[in-house]
Amino acid sequence: MLTKRIIACLDVDNGRVVKGVQFENLRDAGDPAELSKAHSESGADEIVLLDISAAHQRRATLLDTVRRAAAKLFIPFTVGGGIRTLEDAAAVFSAGADKISINSAALANPGLIPSIAERFGSQAVVVAIDAKRIGKGSWEAFTHGGRTPSGRDALEWARDAESRGAGEILLTSMDRDGTAAGFDCELTKTIADSVRIPVIASGGAGGAQHFVEVFHEGHADAALAASIFHYGFTRLLDLKKELGAQGIPVRWPC
Amino acid sequence: MIAIVDYGAGNLVSVKKALDWLGEESAITSDPARVSDAAKIVLPGVGHFASTSALRSSGLQDAISHAIERGVPFLGICVGMQWMFQRSQESAETPGLALFHGECERFPASVKSPHVGWNSLRLSQSSRLLRGIGESPFVYFTHSFRAPIVETTTACCDYGGSFSAAVERDNLFGVQFHPEKSGEVGLQLLRNFCEL
Repeated sequence: MLTKRIIACLDVDNGRVVKGVQFENLRDAGDPAELSKAHSESGADEIVLLDISAAHQRRATLLDTVRRAAAKLFIPFTVGGGIRTLEDAAAVFSAGADKISINSAALANPGLIPSIAERFGSQAVVVAIDAKRIGKGSWEAFTHGGRTPSGRDALEWARDAESRGAGEILLTSMDRDGTAAGFDCELTKTIADSVRIPVIASGGAGGAQHFVEVFHEGHADAALAASIFHYGFTRLLDLKKELGAQGIPVRWPC
Repeated sequence: MIAIVDYGAGNLVSVKKALDWLGEESAITSDPARVSDAAKIVLPGVGHFASTSALRSSGLQDAISHAIERGVPFLGICVGMQWMFQRSQESAETPGLALFHGECERFPASVKSPHVGWNSLRLSQSSRLLRGIGESPFVYFTHSFRAPIVETTTACCDYGGSFSAAVERDNLFGVQFHPEKSGEVGLQLLRNFCEL
């Protein structure tokens, strides 16, 4: 049975993980390479590395970070943040990423999606959508870390991204992000039921029950958590065991 | 030396990285002469079945076919495995190598496609490639077309019906999933291939 994926996300600023979590026996808890390997060993199904550096710092360190992390990582590895052109994407792939995630650049230039998909395959293109509720059953896509309204309806954009060749949608609820109040299941279900590609839910996880809800009610294919260890679990594996006990198919043992 | 065949489709770095990790000497190459000289051949593949037509035009297909006839171990991954079948609905005009019988087909409309994520294998017969990976291990898939179950299928997977996740005959090996992305299970499988 196809399992629901639990994806660990690392926010990286100038080569260092911010809001990093504490692992035992980790020499450097701020090192993206060590942390992604530790997440993988503790049961993450996939790693997303999101570069939040200021633009001028980015190029020098990101590729080196990706290269070091990828060398020890044998699960799917997605890299996002500041990828604006096919050349940016190609450099990240040759450093060892399996997928790239694009957000603002795809909204500004939707042709970026097919240009990357044609060269690297749709499976390598994740379109990230930051969605903010603007009315009953209606969400708008935002860009630039959620600061700028794009004027585009999130559902319409998700469908458009799919038709242009996106392989997955990484859907973040701006309303729930950082609240620990649970994923926005209504948003997730609205998008997940309207596209054929997988939808990764993000924003709002505060406990195991929230993951159960977003899989059952939100119809998510995967859920992303930036700080899983803040949810009262010492290991990601414990979350997966709990989900398994509640009838969610997860990769366990792994 | 293990040749990782580059035919201009997708990202071959992951496979190289996994072989590096295992301490195996390998090279990404699009040179038919290097493929002919290789002790083993890996044909990765993410992308469209039509992209395999580049193998024919570049002379790589002949190099691969002759190596296979000499008994060189050959591993096709994802589209690389599908290419070992006769053809695919994804590109009717592009012939496969026809090492295995049948046609690759689209997933039924009842399930989301592509099939992306970790799914379990059902091992159906003994396999040199799948040694030591447990009875129903999880591996990582990402594909929109699937190969039929044939006599030489060594592992099946269920998603909108059963399909071939691994095939094996003599020196021929194919896997629909990505061993280079399937954690310890995948590394064990690659180790098995390296040790053939």
